[in-house]
Amino acid sequence: MIARLVEGVAPRTLAALAVLLAFFIAAPFFAGDYLLTVLILILYFAYAGQAWNVMMGFAGQLSLGHALYVGLGAYIAATLFVRFGIGPWLGLCIAAPVAALAGAFIGFLAYRFSVAGVYFAILTIAVAEFARVGFDHLTWTGASAGLFLPVAQYVHNDLWNLRGHPVMFYYILLGATVLAFVGCRALLQSRIGYFWLAIREDEEAARSAGIDTFRYKMMAVMISAAMTSFGGVIYAFYYNNLFPEQVFSISQSILIILGPIVGGVGTLFGPILGAFVLETIAESMRTLLEGVGVDLPGTNQLFFGIVLLLVVIALPEGVWPWLIRHFGLEERKI
Amino acid sequence: MIQKRHLNEARITRRTVAAGLGASATVGIFPFNVRAQSAALKVGVLLPRSGVQAGIGQDCQRGVDIAPGILKELGLPALEIINADTETKVEIARSRAEKLIGEGAQILVGAFDSGQSTAIAQVAEQKGIPYVINIAAAPQITEQGYKFVFRNFPTAGMLLSDAFANQKEVFAAAGSAPKTVVFMHVNDTFGTAMKGGIDAVMPKFDLPYKVVETIAYDPAARDLSVEIAKAKATGADALLMVSRLNDAILLTRELIKQRWSPMAILSMGPGWYEDQYLKTLGRLSDGPLSFVPWYDPNKPLSKKLDEALAKAHPGFNLNTNHVYTFEALLVAADAYKRAGSTDPTALADAIRKTNIVNNVSPGPGIQFNEKGQNDKLKNSAIQNREGKLVTVAPKVAANAKVEWPLKPYDRRA
Amino acid sequence: MPADIFLNVAVGGVLTGLVYGLMALGLSVIFGVVRVVNFAHGEMMTIAMYLAIALFSAFHLDPLVMLVPIALAMFAFGYLLQAGLINNFIARPEHSQFLLLIAVGIIIANVLLILFGPDAQNVQVAYAFESYQIGPLIIDTTKLYGGLAAIVVATALLGFFRYTAVGTAIRACADNYTGALVVGLDVKRLYALTFGLGAACVGAAGTILLLLFDVTPAVGPAYTLLAFVIVITGGLGSMPGALIGGVLIGLTEATAGLLFSPSAKSMFAFAILVLVLLFRPQGVMGRRAA
Repeated sequence: MIARLVEGVAPRTLAALAVLLAFFIAAPFFAGDYLLTVLILILYFAYAGQAWNVMMGFAGQLSLGHALYVGLGAYIAATLFVRFGIGPWLGLCIAAPVAALAGAFIGFLAYRFSVAGVYFAILTIAVAEFARVGFDHLTWTGASAGLFLPVAQYVHNDLWNLRGHPVMFYYILLGATVLAFVGCRALLQSRIGYFWLAIREDEEAARSAGIDTFRYKMMAVMISAAMTSFGGVIYAFYYNNLFPEQVFSISQSILIILGPIVGGVGTLFGPILGAFVLETIAESMRTLLEGVGVDLPGTNQLFFGIVLLLVVIALPEGVWPWLIRHFGLEERKI
Repeated sequence: MIQKRHLNEARITRRTVAAGLGASATVGIFPFNVRAQSAALKVGVLLPRSGVQAGIGQDCQRGVDIAPGILKELGLPALEIINADTETKVEIARSRAEKLIGEGAQILVGAFDSGQSTAIAQVAEQKGIPYVINIAAAPQITEQGYKFVFRNFPTAGMLLSDAFANQKEVFAAAGSAPKTVVFMHVNDTFGTAMKGGIDAVMPKFDLPYKVVETIAYDPAARDLSVEIAKAKATGADALLMVSRLNDAILLTRELIKQRWSPMAILSMGPGWYEDQYLKTLGRLSDGPLSFVPWYDPNKPLSKKLDEALAKAHPGFNLNTNHVYTFEALLVAADAYKRAGSTDPTALADAIRKTNIVNNVSPGPGIQFNEKGQNDKLKNSAIQNREGKLVTVAPKVAANAKVEWPLKPYDRRA
Repeated sequence: MPADIFLNVAVGGVLTGLVYGLMALGLSVIFGVVRVVNFAHGEMMTIAMYLAIALFSAFHLDPLVMLVPIALAMFAFGYLLQAGLINNFIARPEHSQFLLLIAVGIIIANVLLILFGPDAQNVQVAYAFESYQIGPLIIDTTKLYGGLAAIVVATALLGFFRYTAVGTAIRACADNYTGALVVGLDVKRLYALTFGLGAACVGAAGTILLLLFDVTPAVGPAYTLLAFVIVITGGLGSMPGALIGGVLIGLTEATAGLLFSPSAKSMFAFAILVLVLLFRPQGVMGRRAA
């Protein structure tokens, strides 16, 4: 099985990946708490971006409302914990299927009524916004006043209830990102992966070759949604408070997709690289501007926007494909 | 001795004003005044200086700007203020707090918004760095059993209790009261918390009016004509409000356009007394009563603060944002003086024993209960009058009599 | 609910909807012809609104009077944006276009934040607080003027597209790209022109909207979403459709707010969008099946 996974990958690439993994595993030991917070954010967006990438990069469906799944995962797990004392891992067992169902609902509507391309994207936004306003009025989960999780302590790391030091969350997210990476690779190497490739390249041809496009597109959507909901669960237990305005908001959706698009849609490593690049740029910009003494609010977002613009103009396929071409790393771009 | 103090005063005033103006680099570049007894206390101030709440964050910043001079006058030790922008986002608030602590901040102050304050509180508690909340009303923050988080601001429940008590006082002074009100509130964190609180607290106060209808509206609403139409249709005597600044202006415009002048506008939140409301509406801004955390105009420190603000930022009325942000810094400086060291645990213990009677906010002074909450704060009733704000209740903190009822909008020039 | 309240609210909703429709018209023109998803539409409108504010504080001219100069300025902006930047992205996948315009939107919003600050701003025209009363009907003066202005501008635009050579050429591009090339139309220039027109349209809409609402640097995205909802509801490629969609959405939001909870009224707009996408994706007035 492992042989299948690494088939076609140059040893150089494997070595590089191993070094990178080692770096991430060791990072908390020499990074300060502030850097740890930044790394946690990077891993969160790397993971969420990877989940989104399954739907977009593999099945070609542009979702601009992925915050829906984050929110569902977060609220379901958090509410079960606050109201019934059910631990987050059990909560996930309920949240992930619900998110998958929501994704299936959207996917089904899109397929049944032939909503594609931009229209599909708008549909996803509309559903996410609908959920946002809906949760704003749901008093059982706190409505717009928010849902607060009781914060116990930071001394012991309670893995079952996800209470503890940020380092615990770091390793959980690292594990999730690695699993997502390996899992996606496995999926791509499998029959499902090849069908996805066919559908993405030319759906009509795929259908005429006998591939059940509906089934495989739905699978992509549901996997993507379920994966994203796990990110939501972590979000809820890390920040310990949820507001519909923030969790379901369209800016949350946009943040999730920036990483993969900048890193390289459809590639395995793109989302991770993208999240890393963007977050580093954002933080360095903040630090740089603070150091220079510029204190005008909005300047660092402005520079961020400019950098984003330059990246999207100069590197149309993303940073990772460009790096591959320049350094000859042979990850097969699917 | 006096001469030396002068020197330090000048240096600190220049430096901290520069820091307040935002050239935070100077804090890093200029060597700060190391006196034999104590170095300046490093205070990290977290506010939303960009993003949706930018205007409010920048207003709070004005309270930070004028603090150092006054603290010096009171004989309190110097503060080295490090500003940070939470960008109105929970994730950023958290990472900024971590960064400030990493840079050596010994106390944190901030952050206006309940969500961001919660995130910062978790970091502060975990790191054992005292955190003094300037403004945030969600009750849960001081219910978590934190040992390092302190809040010198009323919870939603306290706000409401005082609001109703003050309302009864106002009705008594005015000699009349509305029999029916329509309650409008913005459907965001604050508004919903207040609505929940009202359901719990109102029955205990035996108020002369009944709420005939509750209308919740979207905080991002551009157009509130429907909401006012609905309110007008209820035929209620008065308007009970929880809103923000923009909504307050929009609502007043609609009241005028739809030709409805209620007997009174009783606001239990921000907006109706803010500078922009007064400037935008001019003479049409007179009359609304706001039941809010405020300052006691009869306390000497309030007058000092008012003068300092007028000098540094002419044209701005002293308001909640300035007062409570200033008081957070006051708490920090006072605790530092008593603790005599910058050790965070010592500071936290000192803050717990705070008892400042020479302060600005109404009530017996600044003190914290075992949950870290100042539960002795009193809230005031203020009224807009010719572009200024007067306090009409409670009597001990009042400086004017209430104008009642609201002068109809179509009869104002 | 007394009938006169209902009537007042409905009339207000229709008038506001007309202005929304004008804004959506700009988007419809851009997307219908150039086929670019303009996710910076709302931000472009905020540029126009701030331009109006700056001009008002300098010259004290009513926004309606400044409509033409602002529209011209926005036309130039749109033309340059398309010719210089967006043109290279037409053939690119949607997510690239999306990212490009998101970046443009971020830049615009933050430049405006730096220049104008975060506080809400508006123009105080002489009739800002007036209303006309006809029996039980109270009509907000600013809304009335705004609605009328929106109709005038929309009519002018429709006339342009129907009766002028350039307008016809643009419509040809939209209908059949290859055919237009074959006939010898300079498609690149026409695209830039169209984007400019769309920008001018949204600029006019913004100027009018300033009479009704305040502006902050952050209002862009909400209006972009609203414009999309209206365009899809009314029908992509149909200009009267955009206006009708605007009126429909304006009316729905107003009456839903009146009958149900005002804070949930945006849910109705989204529900309508979902229903339209599912059952009539070409929109109310659309001719082509999407």
